[in-house]
Amino acid sequence: MGQDVEISGVSMRFNEVYAVRDINVHIQAGEFFSFLGPSGCGKTTLLRLVSGFMDPSEGQIKIGGKDMCKIGSNNRPTAMIFQNLALFPLMTVAQNIGFGLEVRHVAKAKREKKVEELIELVDLYGTGDRMVSELSGGQKQRVAIARALAVNPAVLLLDEPLSALDLRLRNHMRAELRNIQRRTDVTFIYITHDQTEALTMSDRVGVMSIGKLEQVAKPDIIYNTPKTAFVASFVGESNIVDGDIIRIDGDYALLKTAAGSFFGKNPQHMDKGETATIFIRPETVFLATDSHAENRLTCRTKTISFEGAYAVVTLATEQGQIFTMRLNNDGSVPRIEEGETIKVRFNRENAFLLKDGGTSIA
Amino acid sequence: MRDFWNTALKDLGKIGVAYILITVGVWVVFMILIPQLIMFDYSLRPMLPLRDIGGPKDVWTLKNYMVFFTNRLHMAIFFKTIWSSLIVTVTALTICYPIAFYLAKVARGAKIGLLMLGLIIPYWINELLRLFAWQIILADMGILNQFLIFLGIIADPINFRMGNGAVILGMTYAYILFMVFPIYNVMESLDRNQLDAARDLGASWLRIHYKIVMPHAKPGIAVGCTMTFMLAAGTVAAPQLLGSPSSFWFTQVINTNFECANWNLGAAYATVLMLLCVVFMFMMLKLFKVGLKELTQ
Repeated sequence: MGQDVEISGVSMRFNEVYAVRDINVHIQAGEFFSFLGPSGCGKTTLLRLVSGFMDPSEGQIKIGGKDMCKIGSNNRPTAMIFQNLALFPLMTVAQNIGFGLEVRHVAKAKREKKVEELIELVDLYGTGDRMVSELSGGQKQRVAIARALAVNPAVLLLDEPLSALDLRLRNHMRAELRNIQRRTDVTFIYITHDQTEALTMSDRVGVMSIGKLEQVAKPDIIYNTPKTAFVASFVGESNIVDGDIIRIDGDYALLKTAAGSFFGKNPQHMDKGETATIFIRPETVFLATDSHAENRLTCRTKTISFEGAYAVVTLATEQGQIFTMRLNNDGSVPRIEEGETIKVRFNRENAFLLKDGGTSIA
Repeated sequence: MRDFWNTALKDLGKIGVAYILITVGVWVVFMILIPQLIMFDYSLRPMLPLRDIGGPKDVWTLKNYMVFFTNRLHMAIFFKTIWSSLIVTVTALTICYPIAFYLAKVARGAKIGLLMLGLIIPYWINELLRLFAWQIILADMGILNQFLIFLGIIADPINFRMGNGAVILGMTYAYILFMVFPIYNVMESLDRNQLDAARDLGASWLRIHYKIVMPHAKPGIAVGCTMTFMLAAGTVAAPQLLGSPSSFWFTQVINTNFECANWNLGAAYATVLMLLCVVFMFMMLKLFKVGLKELTQ
């Protein structure tokens, strides 16, 4: 059974440089939680703090309500799956999986039974006597998962374990991981820089910028209502335009930009006169008809890249602002040619005005 | 094999390949094979006055070897040399394993360079001089005795150079690098994540070493032990300078034979010592389940 992980006020300094700073998050028991962020954002540091490979400079980590301070990684109810898997190359698959049990002095018969069960769980029948070097990438992955699960961890920590796999296998392993998590009910903390991975697998996602936790929410909320400019620009694609707020209209605000004035949601409750950035997802940009007056742009189509199910159209406004639009290939859209001048629009509900926190990676 | 030659020819050209083959060939034949064969030939012939050499009495015989196997004192010295060399090897391994591990997996940055330097600096000085230094340290009125007397731990100087202690100490010191570097080399290639993984799965430090580090370091340990043993069994300087006059080493016996102009007997003794070292090497390979190929890596 999984346990909850409570990270409160955790900071980690290396020579006065903060790798992570004041992280607060409560991960529920049995949850699949992902930390999503670019490389160097401190997510691996955070994972190593939870696993006990290092102690935080400040703050507290509780697992199952118990303070983990001064408890070494060998005595925590966690198990880690490393980015490079770190399988033991001189041992067979069964020895790898049984390692944690062996060092815990579990009797041989019991150990063998458990290893057998795990081999079954991760779908590795008949490979027990093989050396790990003889296995394929996907099989190695499964050995790593089984080895970690063998010690009955309450929390499984995964450090980008799928990054070495090819796309097809990665997709397959995502489903598999999710499946194993549901079957075992262990709390999964997953680290990744791949937003698709985080969004597809997780119950909740924590987006991290440089050392900071920007937003914690369900995947669809992260995508649809980003709380900061960093989240909006890091997760998914966006059209990004800078400007000044010239009017407040309830939850919305009007932003004056070089390409025109646009209404968007104002979740940070900024005031008139403040500088802000508007984020508009390409799939929320549509062709405009004359009846739409608000959030309308006249553009020239620069390139059209046809992807099958949809087409990505790159547009340029008169002022040179580049816009991307994603048109579904459902027959409802008239054919457009490159070089044609068209009118596009977006709804104010689908646009976000956010303060540029200085961490935007547009 | 054909691929190997083709690549070599392509990369080095005919002249390059010929140069390498000839230099290696000359080295192997003239520096290794011929001297060994001459020594082996010597060991099988009786010692004769100059005029009889090449004459009817100059025939192959095992007499020299029989001398060794019937001389109980020399046999005893031989076994003592094996035993002492083993002690040197085990002592060096005990000291060097933690050093190598620290260097390879714990120390970072400038610390590694500093430690390496500390290990290497003594080797800038000739081996004989280093042994003389130990002689000075261990002498009756040497630094160590004076220090112990100064501290009041002992009243009279201890004769450290009685027996084999000083020789074993000096040798261990002399061959530390030959043990550290092979082990350090293999440990360097050990993925740190494996240590973390083992730790994470609940293994104690002792277990991690026993189950992960040592198996990985096996080839290095085998190389280090073989080198140290051979050097210890084969050196004449350390026992000459640090040993007590009453306690001979096998190399000294060989040396004496050559000095007494009985090269044939000396050659036979040297051959016995060489065979011992070869046997020891294969025993190490067997013990550590390492192949000859891995040993050379």
